[in-house]
Amino acid sequence: MSFVGTPVRRKEDPALLSGRGRYADDLPTPAGTLHAQIIRSPHPHAEIVHIDAVAALAKDGVWTVITGEDIRKMSDPFLVVLKAPVHQWSLAVGRVRYVGEPVALVVAESRYLAEDAAELVNIEYRPLEAVVDPQAACAATAPLLHTEAKTNEISVRKFSYGDTKSAFERADARVALTVEFPRLSFTPMECYVVVAQYNAADDGYDVLANFQGPFSTHPVMARALRVPGPRLRLRIPPDSGGSFGIKLSVFPYIVLMALAARIAGRPVKWVEDRAEHLVAASSGPNRITGIEAAVTKDGRILGLRLDQLEDYGAFLRAPMPGPLYRMHGAITGAYDIANVDAVNRVVLTNKMPASLIRGFGGPQLYMALERLVQCIAVELGLDHLDVIRRNLVPAAKMPYRAAAGSLYDSGDYPRAVATAIGHGRLDDLKRRRDVARAAGRKYGIGFAAVVEPAMSNMGYLSTLLTADVREKAGPKNGAISMVTVNIDPLGAVSVTADSTMQGQGHETVLAQIVADQLGLQPDDINVVLEMDTAKDQWSIAAGTYSCRFTPGTAVAAHIAASRMADKLKDIGAKQLNVLPGDVELVAGKIRSRSNPDNAAPFGRVAGTSHWSPVMLPEGMAPALSETAQWAPELEPPSSDDRINTSLTYGFVFDMCGIEIDMLTYQVRVDRYVSMHDAGRILNPMIAEGQMRGAFAQGIAAALYEEYAYNDEGAFLTGTFADYLVPTVSEIPPVEMLHQETPSPLTPLGAKGLAEGNCMSVPACIANAIADALGVKDVQVPATPRRIHALMEGSGR
Amino acid sequence: MRRIDKDQRARIRLTLNGRALSAEAEPRMLLSDFLRHSLGATGTHVGCEHGVCGCCTVLIDGTAVRSCLTLAVQAEGRDVRTVESLAAADGTLNPLQRAFQNHHALQCGFCTPGILMSFTDYLARNPRPSEADIRDVLSGHLCRCTGYAGIVSALLEAAGYRQSSESGSKS
Amino acid sequence: MKPRPFAYVRPDSVDEAVAVLAAHGDDARVLAGGQSLLALLNLRLADPAVLVDITRIAALDQICDLGDKIEVGAAVTQNRLLAWPQLAEKLPLLAAALPFVGHFQTRNKGTVCGSVAHADPSSEIPLALAVLGGEVVLRSQRGTRVLSADAFQKDMLTTTREPDELITAVRFPVNSGRGVAFREVARRHGDFAIVAVAALVDGQGAVRLGVGGMAGAPAVRQIAAADGSTARGAVDKMAVELEGYEDLHATAVMRRDLLRRLGPVVIDEAMRCAA
Repeated sequence: MSFVGTPVRRKEDPALLSGRGRYADDLPTPAGTLHAQIIRSPHPHAEIVHIDAVAALAKDGVWTVITGEDIRKMSDPFLVVLKAPVHQWSLAVGRVRYVGEPVALVVAESRYLAEDAAELVNIEYRPLEAVVDPQAACAATAPLLHTEAKTNEISVRKFSYGDTKSAFERADARVALTVEFPRLSFTPMECYVVVAQYNAADDGYDVLANFQGPFSTHPVMARALRVPGPRLRLRIPPDSGGSFGIKLSVFPYIVLMALAARIAGRPVKWVEDRAEHLVAASSGPNRITGIEAAVTKDGRILGLRLDQLEDYGAFLRAPMPGPLYRMHGAITGAYDIANVDAVNRVVLTNKMPASLIRGFGGPQLYMALERLVQCIAVELGLDHLDVIRRNLVPAAKMPYRAAAGSLYDSGDYPRAVATAIGHGRLDDLKRRRDVARAAGRKYGIGFAAVVEPAMSNMGYLSTLLTADVREKAGPKNGAISMVTVNIDPLGAVSVTADSTMQGQGHETVLAQIVADQLGLQPDDINVVLEMDTAKDQWSIAAGTYSCRFTPGTAVAAHIAASRMADKLKDIGAKQLNVLPGDVELVAGKIRSRSNPDNAAPFGRVAGTSHWSPVMLPEGMAPALSETAQWAPELEPPSSDDRINTSLTYGFVFDMCGIEIDMLTYQVRVDRYVSMHDAGRILNPMIAEGQMRGAFAQGIAAALYEEYAYNDEGAFLTGTFADYLVPTVSEIPPVEMLHQETPSPLTPLGAKGLAEGNCMSVPACIANAIADALGVKDVQVPATPRRIHALMEGSGR
Repeated sequence: MRRIDKDQRARIRLTLNGRALSAEAEPRMLLSDFLRHSLGATGTHVGCEHGVCGCCTVLIDGTAVRSCLTLAVQAEGRDVRTVESLAAADGTLNPLQRAFQNHHALQCGFCTPGILMSFTDYLARNPRPSEADIRDVLSGHLCRCTGYAGIVSALLEAAGYRQSSESGSKS
Repeated sequence: MKPRPFAYVRPDSVDEAVAVLAAHGDDARVLAGGQSLLALLNLRLADPAVLVDITRIAALDQICDLGDKIEVGAAVTQNRLLAWPQLAEKLPLLAAALPFVGHFQTRNKGTVCGSVAHADPSSEIPLALAVLGGEVVLRSQRGTRVLSADAFQKDMLTTTREPDELITAVRFPVNSGRGVAFREVARRHGDFAIVAVAALVDGQGAVRLGVGGMAGAPAVRQIAAADGSTARGAVDKMAVELEGYEDLHATAVMRRDLLRRLGPVVIDEAMRCAA
């Protein structure tokens, strides 16, 4: 009997349901902690002429006001992946480049006082022309964000796989379109929190923050602070109120508050408020993709051309431009396409810096690719689903090496599609459509097929560099996961891991995995996921992002626990006086398989290494703790730029029917079916929760959420009354279906599953809208305003 | 007539989860901050401070309200209840809380206390609501993790529509 | 997002309240439900020196049946009115519109009069008050005035209340026996409407049509004995006259088109409700 694969209820829940969570703002602060308020730029682009803090400093309770000049003297700009002169400090130095950019910091006795004092700081700006549109920003005449870079288009890379030119020459037809993906965030309900201390004795910083990783950002912070890594001790609290990628970008504030603590000589706490979060925390990058297919007359895609222009806002923060490269090896999606040319372009504009967000490049790619496939069907007069099926990677080709380098480890895409449309589901959709259309209503059916990567190859980002530059820099590849299983003197088991948690149920799943190996109950396993970089084991791959938990951390837990089990069996064999092969760990006991009455309680045997190391089998290291480092093979980019960007690849196929409300211009989702193959499912209840959460975020991206700027760079969605997070009333029902094709590459066989619907839903709904209205250009979020413009032809 | 000057700190007395408590506050102190930082009841969360997200929902005299849109001084003399009051003293979850665990109605748990308090009020007034009623009340809360499906299921169980499915009760 | 400092006064009577308002004038803001005001304070978009909390004045926390009118006191919350047992019979339009006002949790604290005082152009209660031809009761040390809804709300967030005046109540004419209908288009459930439409039909089929979200204040038109085509014509004329305005969620053209689509539907629903 195994706990893995069953819907074990969450260990996390009782505390969270009782108000006993331990989120960053709940934890005790050091004596004398002060509170910070950030003064932010009201201008999208301006020179900072003068900062006058005299009146603020004169106020009782105000300790200090910090400016970019102070920060520049004490710290270095953040390391950037690209060698471009794009320097960002934790406060603006000399110039502001987006509305909301931190300009000065007030440190005072309380947040209330700090906000009062912030209003007394007088900052004189000289406004500059701003550029918001990514294409305009590429023009030679565009205002420059970083003058030393001499261009806003700071990276252009061309890739060629196969023979795309001849594919286009021999094609029966070409189908092209341009697709824009907007800016949005998934706005975790808990904003950023940082509590920083400076320890003069060792010139080190000790910071608590609800950071999510990746820990590749830790060296970036330490370098900015001019200390070696061990002197930036970063602690992550036990609970975090959601992240979805967004809580990577707390890192500049970790540096800022660390410096503030040093300047103030006191611990400094900052709790980001929602207004700050919306204007400046983080956003997914917006992307404009020109995409073109060379096709046969029956819809087979022979070749693809993509021009991807991604807008990262005012700065390129590490590890950007991740979203542009994370999907790179899988740029052909679920389709068997041998020839691809791609141009990847990175542009900077006067908007908040973009960064990690759930889906991480997938939604942008699939909006282009899946819209293209729908357009191929329309322009060739074919059935959309037929075109999808004609191009899907066949099951017989698995494992499949995609043109740009990804190794799709397992799957049966055609079978997944057949299952999804089966049981009358597609017939029902068509019936609903026909009834609606017969009554003169606008109804459309959409499909989307996506490959969902999990656990990034840390080398993927170096694809951004040319092969010769990569050669000089040395190889970057792989991804390590680490888990430690500990045993205490009475045989109690605890687990620490290199993931951070924001609600994904890692505590429960790790307990399931370890309990299975040790013959215990999940409740017997104490999982401690708060993190302390000074004492816990971690690598640069640590953190919770890009679905690395299931193919990564969970596997390390499985390995660590099974090694511990093997040791305990050896110890038990000696104590039970049987051969090690005859020992099993079952039901809290260590016992002989052949004679189950010959048994000892787990705790007594497990504690042996503490109490009586001499009783251990000869030559055995004590079984006190077992750390596994799981480092699956992942190659660096090849000399011809092929890169297997992730370890595992799942599959999602979505199908939906939507109707346009003729009274209100709203898109109403009538029926939605989502089919997943994520390999082996570790906890179906938690898996379902992750998928439904991603689905809701997909709906949000498709219909509601967008960070909007006007042409001058003003930010228009600064409150939750303007930035529209869907409520329960806006999330339609979804029918989730599953098939399990285990990954052959990990011992658990599990793949990632928490991002797929973020990638598939916007494309699927856009396809359905295109079908309903018979239009080619569908911009998401498909708001009533945009639908009105499409229907009444009155411009955006 | 109660009067507190602009920079004056006054002692605010109220009943929190059955216990008479007090602390000093300026008039402008928000009830959410007062509960969390003056009285140490950190189970109530702050998600937007402009009344949209619902994380900070508490009961005042039994009525669910946004504590970020309430001044601490407005709760003076009132009976305030927060999420900390729901479980039994020994930690046993009440039926509403249990339903949330049974149906995986929470992930990060940050929005959860507010939702629990809203429905502690609502189900006391309407013990047998329709699913539409439940959805209408739930629409006063934002949750980013769950997609709401588990929450609706949990509330249907709490409203008596579903057997207490201790579904995944292997643990 | 913390408010600037202010003084707090909690009068025990209407007389005390108007005395405080007389003393502070423009520097004072009345705090009732606070569901709009506190958000503005947290965002530091309002700057009162004194907040006058009227929620504990018992005399203001009453719903009074005046026969042909229902008087709702300034401390009465939206949910309390929604739960008033005679609402569906006496004020069916309010019964239809109130569930669209914010959410259960904000209606628990937000007041009926506060919504009228705030004067958001797309807000439901001011629209209902205007369509019904209701009144606003204002008290100051100078005396009491009663203004028609039309005379009270002049523009977006702008009313004719003097700084020393307290809205003590609003009065909704009883509209039992007449056909009513209400619809609105909002981005999300519970949001302020983009366009809201309310209709009231009398026994002779004459329609009072009210529209929110098209101008600075609710607009009301009388449409004589409407059939389908006169209704469409009247709504179309109204859309052209009101013009609409542009914000993040809708262009002016879209607002006009929404009104053209919604108006006839709402009139039809009200007619059928009357019949």
